[in-house]
Amino acid sequence: MTATDRSSATTAAAHEAPLVALRDVHLRFGANEVLKGIDLEVRRGEAVSIIGPSGSGKSTILRCITGLLRPQRGAIRVGDTQVDALRSEAELIALRKRVGFVFQQYNLFPHLTVLENLVIAPTRVAGRDRAAAQREARALLDKVRLSHKEAAYPGELSGGQQQRVAIARALAMRPELMLFDEVTSALDPETVGEVLTVIRDLVQEGLTCVLVTHEMRFAEEISDQVYFTEAGVIVEHGPAPRIFGQPESERTRAFLRRALGEGARTAPARPAPLPEALPFERLRFAL
Amino acid sequence: MASEIALPQGSAPAIAADAGTPAWRRPWALAAWAALALVAFWAATGTTPTAFVHLWTWLPALLRGLLANIEISVLAMVLGTLAGLLVGALSLSPLRVLRVAARWYVQVFRNAPVLVLVYFTTYVFPFELHLVSWTFPFPDWIKVVLGLALPASANVAEIFRGAIQSIPSAQWEAAQSLAFRRSEIFRLIVLPQCLRRMLPPWMNLYASITMSTALASLVGVHDVVDTAQIASNTVARTDFTILVYFTLLGLFFACCYPIARATRALERRHDRH
Repeated sequence: MTATDRSSATTAAAHEAPLVALRDVHLRFGANEVLKGIDLEVRRGEAVSIIGPSGSGKSTILRCITGLLRPQRGAIRVGDTQVDALRSEAELIALRKRVGFVFQQYNLFPHLTVLENLVIAPTRVAGRDRAAAQREARALLDKVRLSHKEAAYPGELSGGQQQRVAIARALAMRPELMLFDEVTSALDPETVGEVLTVIRDLVQEGLTCVLVTHEMRFAEEISDQVYFTEAGVIVEHGPAPRIFGQPESERTRAFLRRALGEGARTAPARPAPLPEALPFERLRFAL
Repeated sequence: MASEIALPQGSAPAIAADAGTPAWRRPWALAAWAALALVAFWAATGTTPTAFVHLWTWLPALLRGLLANIEISVLAMVLGTLAGLLVGALSLSPLRVLRVAARWYVQVFRNAPVLVLVYFTTYVFPFELHLVSWTFPFPDWIKVVLGLALPASANVAEIFRGAIQSIPSAQWEAAQSLAFRRSEIFRLIVLPQCLRRMLPPWMNLYASITMSTALASLVGVHDVVDTAQIASNTVARTDFTILVYFTLLGLFFACCYPIARATRALERRHDRH
């Protein structure tokens, strides 16, 4: 299923309220104004990419959605939860149970095995039965194609493997929304592909995903909506083909020229969609 | 006299994992065999040097003294660790008053010479305690325990604080995003990683406190150093005095070397994760 197919499938849901809505969100660290009025909407089942130069506030937006950062002004809603109004730890925990977060630096728990990394939150936080949580964790590891690594410690895995475990760990809480914060930026080009394949699968299954990414080709391929941010504001947003095909803003055009220009030099051909059965080792995004 | 050489020999193979060499060919075993052969030769020919004959008579007293040192070091570490964890936790408290107080405690007792602290506790506390109608003795060796527990606690507090702060904030963020409570993050994520990191420096501290127990002899505790002095004065032979202090070196080495070996083994094991 391509992005366009999914868009038409989700148009039916278009008039119901979006799953995530940010209105005029302002956030600053001291004197440094990071977000200067962000408006953003994510509909259920959609994949939304946020692109833009480094330091434009993309990661900050994700942290605001899951309540890790609180904006000084503006409204954030996730489902029926008014995130900016949450004060108590219990309320934030109720929100975070529904939102998965994957970090650039994976942030796995180094003292736990891969399987324990996946089991600890469902058992301790969601209060699920240990045996059931382990079963589910094994299924998720199978899905990210790491079932043979369940007894390993994070330090024994490659970056790409750690990031796939981190994705599985977030999925183990059965979130209705996944936030990906530059999840391939710390990886070497060889392993980027294996992580992107996992995310592509999730998007195709209809999980609502918000991605901050520098992988322009990937964003174009999987996103329903693309937001371009610069210096703390949304410059332009719209369906992926329009943003990448006919951007309205000169700044978007300039950014894409730089980003894709570099990509075009090093990766001339857009990677063809790969069959499911292909082993990860053969997934190479020629870079 | 063979027993002070046998001590390190007995403890080393338990820790040394250098498999491959047969047990009897390891350096410790060879040294023990050589010593044993020498003693046998002396016994058979009746040519044992007088100093060694004296050492043999005094050895039980020396070992009893060493037991006092070991007791003092273990108790001081238990007290110091408990107090140090408390102080270390206070130094991370959100309340400024507690933080400052904890920091001063650490600075004062980490920067004081251990001998001064031992004298300090010896003369600050009375020799007995009166509680209502009961009188409890307050023996010198307990005062030494307290005197060593003070710097130990300050160091443990520092080790604890350092370990907690060495856990990257990203671990907190990751656990928060998985909907853990702060108390759960501390208990399930941060603390287990800290204990791992604390163990090697804690064992170093234990070895250094064990060595500091030699100071107990200065405030009248009958420890191994005090016993050695008595032996040396009683026998009054230069060669015996030299021999008895070499024996002391051997005994302290036998106590501290296994700790150092175990620390290194732990560090190697933790490199993996």
